Amino acid sequence: MDESKRGFLKIAGCSVLGVLGAAGMRTATDVGPGGKAVESSTTLSGKKWGMVVDSQRCLENEGCTACIEACHSTHNVPNIADPKEEVKWVWKESYEHTFPTQSHEYTKASLKEKPVLVLCNHCEDPPCVRVCPTQATWKREEDGLVMMDQHRCIGCRYCMVACPYGSRSFNWQDPRNALQGGINPEYPTRTKGVVEKCNFCAERLAKGQEPACVEACRKSAGAGALLFGDLEDPESEVSKLLSEKFSIQRKPGLGTKPQVYYLV
Amino acid sequence: MMYDGSKILLGLVIFLIAVTFPFWFSWVNEKSGFVPEPKLPEGEESCVESAEYMKALHMDLLNQWRNAVVRDGRRVYVSSSGNRYEISLTGTCLGCHSNKAEFCDQCHDYVGANPFCWDCHVDTSVSRGEGK
Repeated sequence: MDESKRGFLKIAGCSVLGVLGAAGMRTATDVGPGGKAVESSTTLSGKKWGMVVDSQRCLENEGCTACIEACHSTHNVPNIADPKEEVKWVWKESYEHTFPTQSHEYTKASLKEKPVLVLCNHCEDPPCVRVCPTQATWKREEDGLVMMDQHRCIGCRYCMVACPYGSRSFNWQDPRNALQGGINPEYPTRTKGVVEKCNFCAERLAKGQEPACVEACRKSAGAGALLFGDLEDPESEVSKLLSEKFSIQRKPGLGTKPQVYYLV
Repeated sequence: MMYDGSKILLGLVIFLIAVTFPFWFSWVNEKSGFVPEPKLPEGEESCVESAEYMKALHMDLLNQWRNAVVRDGRRVYVSSSGNRYEISLTGTCLGCHSNKAEFCDQCHDYVGANPFCWDCHVDTSVSRGEGK
């Protein structure tokens, strides 16, 4: 009796491990009549993507908007002047608003009013993901990106309420009417009634390219104010910089663990 | 006997004509026998899968493509014959079927299907000034 129970447990244990192992190693999705979808061989791999914004270097070229223009034209982000309906993926916010817990009455005036580049923080514990009722936004476990599935978004805007950084925009109007610069056919537009935000250029990472803003910054006058890389890799540019210099995050007290770091 | 027999008969004839309207109208009217003719790209031998599969189930394939890219980050399709394609509606599908109005819309308009793909995905034939 005992013998057979032990045998049963052994077999059951092995089967469970086998199934888990097979699921863990699943690298292709079965699609269509016998086809399958696989990852592109050019995909940049990282365990935890993060960004470092060197705000001092960025300020040296205060009027520079190379990163914003590159991002918005790459992703067909509409240019809407009305602040109630505007859509933005990356933009500038005053120091005081970016770091409300770091500024005080006597914060030096040269800093207080100065703009800081802000974008989605791709938080390790993203509150937007928690509240989404349709899982239209979720955290990609393999590399830490907070993704957005426009097909599933029902436009309830819970995520916008949950995000403490204002990183999300709602399309109050058809964005195609506000794409004066033309549409980039490489990337879809959005439609009226969905929420959008920075995607850390997931589509470019898949092609082996760094994010559009980082690339544009590298080529601009403020070269190198934006850096992107794998925070889990101790040899990456971002990891080295963070281990050497003093850096801060936006509203760290909220426990969202933002993955965009600022050198100030 | 039958009261107002002629009126009843007349009514029955009108009724029958009305009921059988769809049958005789399509028989009389040549245009109503319209069959959509999606224009196939010239110089292309085959689609990503067999024509029979694509005709019947392209919407399933597109849904699975969408989920593979958006949810799983898998952007390459290895077809049942082993060919590799980038999973992209605008890039790969429209790459061959370059005119949406002459291909997709032909059947979709005929059967009243109104997929919302193109609310967001870019129809490059429109930006080239060829589409509608």
